[in-house]
Amino acid sequence: MRIAIVREVRAGERRVAATPDTVRELCALGASVAFEPGAGAAAGFADALFVAAGAERSDDAVALLGSADIVLKVLPPTVGGEGARDECALLREGATVIGFVQPDLYPEVLPALTARRVTVLAMERVPRITRAQKMDALSSMANLAGYRAIIEASQVFGSFFCGQITAAGKVPPAKVLVIGAGVAGLSAIGTARGLGAEVRAFDTRPAVREQVESMGASFLTVEIAEDGEGAGGYGKEMSQAFLDAEMALFRAQASEVDIVVTTALIPGRKAPLLWMADAVEAMRPGSVVVDLAASHGGNCALTRAGEHVVHGGVHILGYTDLPCRMAPVASRLYARNVAHLLRDLLGAAAAAEGAIANGAATKGLHLDPLDEVVRGATLLRDGVVPTWPALPTAPAPSPAATPAVAKPNGVTAPAAPLAQQPRTPTSRPSGTRSGGGHGGHGHGAHAGHGEVEASSARPNGVWAASAAVVGLFVLWMALTGGGYEQSTVDTSRQFLQHLTVFVLSCVVGWHVVWNVTPALHTPLMSVTNAISGIIVLGGLLQLGAASHASPALRIVGIAAVALATINVAGGFLVTRRMLAMFRREGS
Amino acid sequence: MESVLAAGASLLAALLFIVSLRGLSSQRTAGAGNLYGMIGMAVAIIATVAATPGIRWLDVSLALLPGAVLGAVLAARVQMTAMPELVALLHSFVGAAAVLVGVGTLCDPAHGQGPMSMILLAEIHADVVIGAITFTGSLIAFGKLRGSIGGRPLLLPGRHALNAVLALCCLGLFGASIGNSADAALPLVLVAAGVAGLLGVHLVVAIGGADMPVVVSLLNSYSGWTASAAGFMLGSDLLIVTGALVGSSGAILSYIMCRAMNRSIWNVVFGGFGAEAPAASQAPPPDGEVRERNHDQVAASLGNAREVVIVPGYGMAVARAQHAVRDLVDRLRRSGKTVRFAIHPVAGRLPGHMNVLLAEAAVPYDIVLEMDEINGDLSHTDVVLVIGANDIVNPAAEDDPTSPIAGMPVLQVWKAGEVVILKRSRGAGYAGIDNPLFYKPNASMLLGDAKSSVEKLVHALPS
Repeated sequence: MRIAIVREVRAGERRVAATPDTVRELCALGASVAFEPGAGAAAGFADALFVAAGAERSDDAVALLGSADIVLKVLPPTVGGEGARDECALLREGATVIGFVQPDLYPEVLPALTARRVTVLAMERVPRITRAQKMDALSSMANLAGYRAIIEASQVFGSFFCGQITAAGKVPPAKVLVIGAGVAGLSAIGTARGLGAEVRAFDTRPAVREQVESMGASFLTVEIAEDGEGAGGYGKEMSQAFLDAEMALFRAQASEVDIVVTTALIPGRKAPLLWMADAVEAMRPGSVVVDLAASHGGNCALTRAGEHVVHGGVHILGYTDLPCRMAPVASRLYARNVAHLLRDLLGAAAAAEGAIANGAATKGLHLDPLDEVVRGATLLRDGVVPTWPALPTAPAPSPAATPAVAKPNGVTAPAAPLAQQPRTPTSRPSGTRSGGGHGGHGHGAHAGHGEVEASSARPNGVWAASAAVVGLFVLWMALTGGGYEQSTVDTSRQFLQHLTVFVLSCVVGWHVVWNVTPALHTPLMSVTNAISGIIVLGGLLQLGAASHASPALRIVGIAAVALATINVAGGFLVTRRMLAMFRREGS
Repeated sequence: MESVLAAGASLLAALLFIVSLRGLSSQRTAGAGNLYGMIGMAVAIIATVAATPGIRWLDVSLALLPGAVLGAVLAARVQMTAMPELVALLHSFVGAAAVLVGVGTLCDPAHGQGPMSMILLAEIHADVVIGAITFTGSLIAFGKLRGSIGGRPLLLPGRHALNAVLALCCLGLFGASIGNSADAALPLVLVAAGVAGLLGVHLVVAIGGADMPVVVSLLNSYSGWTASAAGFMLGSDLLIVTGALVGSSGAILSYIMCRAMNRSIWNVVFGGFGAEAPAASQAPPPDGEVRERNHDQVAASLGNAREVVIVPGYGMAVARAQHAVRDLVDRLRRSGKTVRFAIHPVAGRLPGHMNVLLAEAAVPYDIVLEMDEINGDLSHTDVVLVIGANDIVNPAAEDDPTSPIAGMPVLQVWKAGEVVILKRSRGAGYAGIDNPLFYKPNASMLLGDAKSSVEKLVHALPS
């Protein structure tokens, strides 16, 4: 397995896809790593460090690209001589390219890669599920971008962030408005708060209020209730009435705030226009707008991508290279994300083909078709848009799960590396399970390891067999049961009706519970326990019937109701007690 | 009109239960979910009482009030560490109530002297048999969790045959009662209940204490099925729906847990789960020796660490050490260290047991992570504190194919810079097997009661 690290040749790109640390890690996994001289120079990693980490220096970049099994990139490989070489054409057939492929921004790349019959893993398409957080390069970059947005704003903003009262007079604190509280937004909030500014934030998703407030900003709302939570932690498009109210809010804010950071993106679309020209004109001269959506058209009407525009004294920063401006740390984080992905893929390969460590020739990565990460990230497999088999988990995955992962169609645009609105680290326990990408799996059953699949498949067979036996028995009962009585048809029909209700309820129960957070297993069990106290109804019905009957039956009924009631009261109250104890930090 | 109202109330209650279970699947909505469950239950009870003509208020209040008060007292008094016992005990109440309801239904004079409908008889049998299994099984589980019955599995020779015989007995009794009048069927049903009770006892005594979480969850499922059977018997859709919800959710929970332990669910269903444990591992005893350290040495390690992971186990629950652990965590975090918890899916005696205890001690849930989330990070963790856990950190599960727990996913604590195991003694865990972790060069033990050990660590740390 030969892994190549090449210099990023696209203009302005300073990051590198591997660092000496991750090279060491990849070597430990049994790969041989080679690098192009100067690959890490712009990010502050000298060639000697790579050599010391175990990488081989390869002076001929053309040969390097042509011989590698895996090419690690930040931006997609170049096509047709851009950046002085046509990287796509140099790739070996059957090789794998890993990087931010971004087919919406670089439409020419996928066709070229298709022609080369290579496999393409897009870091920006790694699904946002708990297990894949360590590979979530978008979040890594968004975090940097949010931080850098405030730092860039501070460069052109002519005052303190922190309010001061001095002998020479009073300086009010800077007022910062952050629109869109995703990773980038929250990072910007934290940075601005750290400098002492007064920060407010707006987001269409009410659920992020808690996160915004936990970072020390106040959360702005509009009068209209509408939840903008879309799939995968992004926002969705809102209704016209909501948009109008939102614009009115922004206009009112424009005259108050000094710095605006906009981070709103909707996957696969042009960024929504939120900060209109009149809002810019309403701002005080010297104010700053930082538009993190610039590469996707911008949230501000006056943004020009990559430029610093001054309009009526208001600075509008449309930089699209914020992570590159912090290339050392950006490279470290990105390289770590890539290494995590490779570790998983190589680990799966080792499991599939026998140990990699003892030099066994593994010819490429093992792309497990059942691994959600693989399904999400793979844009091309040997030059073909891959199709995946259905996930084999027995209960049909909830419908929300499929769209997020099952459409690795390389043309619909994924999110950009900047400024999107995913869940944040602080929301991990609640956010991850409610999001779209996690439907069909119980915990402990993450796909991607052959043994787990096997063991989950086996019970399915037994389940099916036993279900069939029970079904036959029940059918037999329904059909022949009448032989012993007069009202054959009625009783059988009633029984079948009950059976219908029963089977449907089982299916509902199955679906409702499948996604439970492990931390809530005990409360769930005690609630279901309380609910199974519904047997109390049986006792009550009997009490009604028994009132004409013997005292013995009454006592039996009373005992049944009393026992079941203990269960009901005890179960619900103890659950309440338990749930009251679960809390999140800071609340 | 009245029946329309009653049907509407049933539908409302069923929907509320579904919303309730759904709500319980995430922390944000769990509180509301519980509330919906309560409302649903209130709606169901009130509607049933209102729609049952001839019901006497005296009977109702005699039954409901003491039950509610007793339940509330139990819920308010129970220690969080005793939660598994309480849940098991409550399951047994459902089982007992189901048996009573079944017998009561059979005794209803309305059946007259003619032969009973076979379908109804089958429903009564199903209700009584599942109810009795739930009742006695839960009582045994309760006893085992409390420690009043030994945790070791009782393995009778030919136990699978015994189970089969008992089950066939129940079936045979049902067959014998077909065509009989209600009066004649009564003794047969009672005997079936007795046999099923024996079956319940036998199924659960054969299971070791360590595997109780799965059993409790399975009994939870049974308590749902029994309610469903009662619904068939009484012709109540609400009972059927609710019972099926509980039954299938309990079954899934058990299945998820079995998968986490790499066990077959059928093993649990048929008892004798984990029974192969005594067959000792064929691996040679680990070399090296167990290193013991005192509180000051461990505190010094913690003082130098940047990343600390705590792995709690049943030992923490037994020692009620969760508050002390929380103090330790606060102290460490105040001095700028990253502290996280790693929770194995089957740590403790109930699924999610550790989470509940940590929540009780007000540990923020965002630093409490699942095994899959944290296993990859353990290799760059400086110090791992294992508090009262053993089998869930046993490397033999991965290295030794002959180990009884081979294949069970475990927390790979041995990959950390240093592992300190807080333990009462050097004894083996519930599975009764030696733990090679203790012999690793980067592992050391801090012997003593978990609570006092942790408290001493807090004192020994610079504040």
